[in-house]
Amino acid sequence: MSYIKPKFIHPRSPKNKLGYSRQYYEGSLSTLCAGCGHDSISAAIVDACYEMAIEPHKVAKLSGIGCSSKTPAYFLNNSHGFNSVHGRMPSVATGANLANRDLIYLGVSGDGDSASIGFGQFAHAVRRNLNMTYIVMNNGCYGLTKGQDSATADHGSISKGGIPNTFEGIDMCALAIQLGATYVAQSFSGDKTQLVPLIKAAINHKGFSFINVMSPCVTFNNNAGSTKSYDYVREHNEALSSIDFVPVKEEITLEYEGEDLVELHDGTFLKLNKLNQNWDPKDKLSIISALQIAHDKNEILTGLLYIDNDSVELNELINTTEKPLNTLTEAELCPGVDVLEKLNQSLR
Amino acid sequence: MKPTDVQNPEYYHKVVDCQYACPAHTPVPHYIRLIAEGKYTEAYMVNWESNVFPGILGRTCDRPCEPACRRGRVEEEPVAICRLKRVAADNKDDISQYIPAIPEQKNGKKIAIIGAGPAGLTVARDLAPLGYEIHIYDDQSKGGGMMRTQIPSFRLPDEVLDSEVNLILNMGIVTHFNQYVTSLKEILDKKYDAVFIASGAPKGKDLPDLPGRWDAKANVHVGIEWLANVTFEHINKIGRKVLVLGGGNTAMDCCRTSRRMGGEEVKVLVRSPFKTMKASPWEIEDAMHEDIPIFENHVPKSFVTENGKLKGMYFELVKAEYDANGKRTLVPTGEPDAFFEADDVIIAIGQDNRFEWIENNLGLEFDKWGLPVLDEKTLSSTVPGVFFGGDAAFGPKNVITAVAQGHQAAISVDLYCQGKDLNDRPQPHINLMSTKMGIHEWSYGNAINHDNRFVVPLADKKLTLSNLKKEVELGFDLQTAFKEAERCLNCDVQTVFTEDKCIECDACRDICPTKCINFTENEEVESDLRNKLIIPAINDSQDILVSDILKTGRVMVKDEDVCLHCGLCAERCPTAAWDMKKFIYKTAKAGASA
Ligand SMILES: Cc1cc2nc3c(=O)[nH]c(=O)nc-3n(C[C@H](O)[C@H](O)[C@H](O)COP(=O)(O)OP(=O)(O)OC[C@H]3O[C@@H](n4cnc5c(N)ncnc54)[C@H](O)[C@@H]3O)c2cc1C
Ligand SMILES: Cc1ncc(C[n+]2csc(CCOP(=O)(O)OP(=O)(O)O)c2C)c(N)n1
Ligand code: SF4
Ligand code: SF4
Ligand code: SF4
Ligand SMILES: [Mg+2]
Repeated sequence: MSYIKPKFIHPRSPKNKLGYSRQYYEGSLSTLCAGCGHDSISAAIVDACYEMAIEPHKVAKLSGIGCSSKTPAYFLNNSHGFNSVHGRMPSVATGANLANRDLIYLGVSGDGDSASIGFGQFAHAVRRNLNMTYIVMNNGCYGLTKGQDSATADHGSISKGGIPNTFEGIDMCALAIQLGATYVAQSFSGDKTQLVPLIKAAINHKGFSFINVMSPCVTFNNNAGSTKSYDYVREHNEALSSIDFVPVKEEITLEYEGEDLVELHDGTFLKLNKLNQNWDPKDKLSIISALQIAHDKNEILTGLLYIDNDSVELNELINTTEKPLNTLTEAELCPGVDVLEKLNQSLR
Repeated sequence: MKPTDVQNPEYYHKVVDCQYACPAHTPVPHYIRLIAEGKYTEAYMVNWESNVFPGILGRTCDRPCEPACRRGRVEEEPVAICRLKRVAADNKDDISQYIPAIPEQKNGKKIAIIGAGPAGLTVARDLAPLGYEIHIYDDQSKGGGMMRTQIPSFRLPDEVLDSEVNLILNMGIVTHFNQYVTSLKEILDKKYDAVFIASGAPKGKDLPDLPGRWDAKANVHVGIEWLANVTFEHINKIGRKVLVLGGGNTAMDCCRTSRRMGGEEVKVLVRSPFKTMKASPWEIEDAMHEDIPIFENHVPKSFVTENGKLKGMYFELVKAEYDANGKRTLVPTGEPDAFFEADDVIIAIGQDNRFEWIENNLGLEFDKWGLPVLDEKTLSSTVPGVFFGGDAAFGPKNVITAVAQGHQAAISVDLYCQGKDLNDRPQPHINLMSTKMGIHEWSYGNAINHDNRFVVPLADKKLTLSNLKKEVELGFDLQTAFKEAERCLNCDVQTVFTEDKCIECDACRDICPTKCINFTENEEVESDLRNKLIIPAINDSQDILVSDILKTGRVMVKDEDVCLHCGLCAERCPTAAWDMKKFIYKTAKAGASA
């Protein structure tokens, strides 16, 4: 019996700018069910971080509770991690973010973790425009506790239990847009061509980047009648655009010029090939109505939905220290009697 | 591209790199697993079926399987396939109960075999159990051919050779030893039902025109004649300073034998650069281990004698130059010729066939190189009922090739004697069987072992250099053999894909440690498809497995090149679209039905 990941990799495995192979960004062998969509998302995260040549020690991965929230164990083994309490990842992320601006914050959560028990936490992280990437691995159920309908299960959707869901499902993307998220995308675990560039752009976006990824639970919610199954998502997937992530230094050729090019704050670009002309990723109204129309037609809109390039993230907004707290010395923390005196004078 | 035809047995066969490369298609991973399980007798018999001389080959095989071994593409070195074979041979129990019975009642057909080397003996072994009466002719006093006369006993002990040769001769074979066949016509006149010629390539090449060659001929020897004379103890010593000319395996055997016969300063001189020497790397290593220096780019120019006594030789110094087509010429460097002192010189520069005993009015045609004109598949000559095999067929090769051709010739002889079409040959026996036992449970050891290749221990040099017959290699002990066996990647456990079960969840693609698995749009042209894979499949000698069109319109493409056969793809597949199936491929032997 064996279920061990071999150390051998392809002898021609390419290396990124930092000299790391993709394997360096992987995690431990997954214990999720075989075929779980969450594993594909983990692989997409690995691809994105490898291709962007992110230094793994510059990443903090955070999660709550659920099969989805277990996944940080399965990617980026060389990064920091915090597996928090159910639904409480946003507050841990907020604290960490305020304490140290220098890290890349990558939050991973489930629909249960974010839309049920952690709904309130999620809402506040969004409205504060926390500088992080927040991925919801959305399977419409509580996978870890054996597949109960979650708050994102669509009305009428049937899970393995066999009973149609009586309640309306929460649309996480519409919600995030309304709450003030400054980068919102939707994708499907089975489509890395779309998902990987979306993750890269999300990481580069300054502010709250939200990606809702349809991620079938093969064990409890991949049956006929479910609106979160592989088959259903593939059949109802309506891509708004096809996306290419253009790294900073890559030359922007003529064909990339024009309105379909979205510049991210650090000078990288997202090249959009619009498939739906009635929508503009910078126009909230157009995407909210597009989402509503799609909902009525039982379509799942995927791709980049919304982006606000002028986003001001939390740390800038409240003017926190630029230096990580753990590097502040006594001199900076305790500037002395003179400074105190000045401060007191100013308040008199 | 069209979906790969996995019904063609050669597709999965090719994935088992070692077995495919073995001329006799020995099921290598199968016997390696048996060794790991401690089943040495079974492992031996699996070998015996395919290659007839496991004990001999486990010490001397040219091992084409090893350069082909997948492990060598994944890490530094291939599995020590050959030396594991020796472990099976050295540790087997009594095998007599597994040896096919020889029918009392013969089938009425008589076969003559000329040459009792590996090719001839293989035909005898394959045909005797079918009831044929076999007559084998050889000019030597014992069977074995060059395995006896050429391969020195410090590489191949007499007991090992005798036991495997006698196993065959004891199958009721009629031997005509000490009998050089001087006329094929005489044999044909004896009305055999078929004749198999396996007389080898027994003539050593000489340098007859090199100045001084015949001035001190007592001290200038032709390698293969000299080695045979050593074997039969007609020669028991050599001078202190010995020069061996040639860069092949015969030269390596000559220099090492010289070291044991009194040669203290033995040197090998090769015309070409060291790195293009024909000898196997391990043979070169063994020679150098015995303090034998090898001089490259030395072209023999003349022998120097004084009063009829050999003094040494002159060599011209050259360097290799390559033209645009990669064709090599050896160009003199202009330096003065180098003189090497010598008491004896051994010329080991190649072998030729010797067919003077075949009359030229029998209708048996030879080509411009003096080799018989043969049908490559059936090994039939231009005279119906006369077949060739081994070194006699296509020039000097090696034991395993002689065995493989022996099997094919035996099939031809059998078909011929039954009046059947020689091209209507029996097909290999194949089978594909799931190895799944349960969750995380396969019937083969799918865990990948990361050990480097283990080194076979050698006997003390003082001991081996002072005793001509002392075997140099000690062989693996059983613990090391187990560890070496665990390095095998089980390439015969195939990744079998069933497209209509696939839900395209990417689980296999994501888990695969070597990124062999791809889901992508199809392409018309294979090279386009190969180039767009996650890691482009640039090793064209390895196939790609292309599925039928999947639900999303894409195809699954797996590059077989560096698949570890770890089974993780099948482990992670939720629908068992991937399965790990053990592939059995047994080449047909004489007597199998077409
Ligand atoms: C020095 C040396 C070392 C070698 N080492 C290796 C090695 O380590 N591994 C390896 O795989 N191969 C090795 N080889 C090659 C290998 O020995 C041969 O390829 C192999 O033995 C060929 O088998 P065969 O059956 O075709 O012929 P042979 O083994 O040559 O047998 C032919 C037999 O026929 C006899 N014969 C020939 N003509 C007649 C006749 N007219 N009448 C009666 N009898 C006749 C010969 O005396 C001989 O006994 C070596 C060869 C040499 C020269
Ligand atoms: C405070 C608390 N309440 C309830 C649970 C039980 N529980 C564990 S996981 C889970 C739901 C997870 O659902 P989701 O976030 O969608 O993750 P999935 O497993 O579907 O990926 C629940 C309710 C818990 N662990 N902690
Ligand atoms: S229960 Fe569902 S969500 Fe959890 S690992 Fe299994 S398939 Fe994935
Ligand atoms: S790894 Fe094993 S099965 Fe594969 S080629 Fe090497 S010896 Fe043969
Ligand atoms: S067995 Fe499967 S997972 Fe393992 S290397 Fe081969 S294709 Fe990849
Ligand atoms: Mg869930």
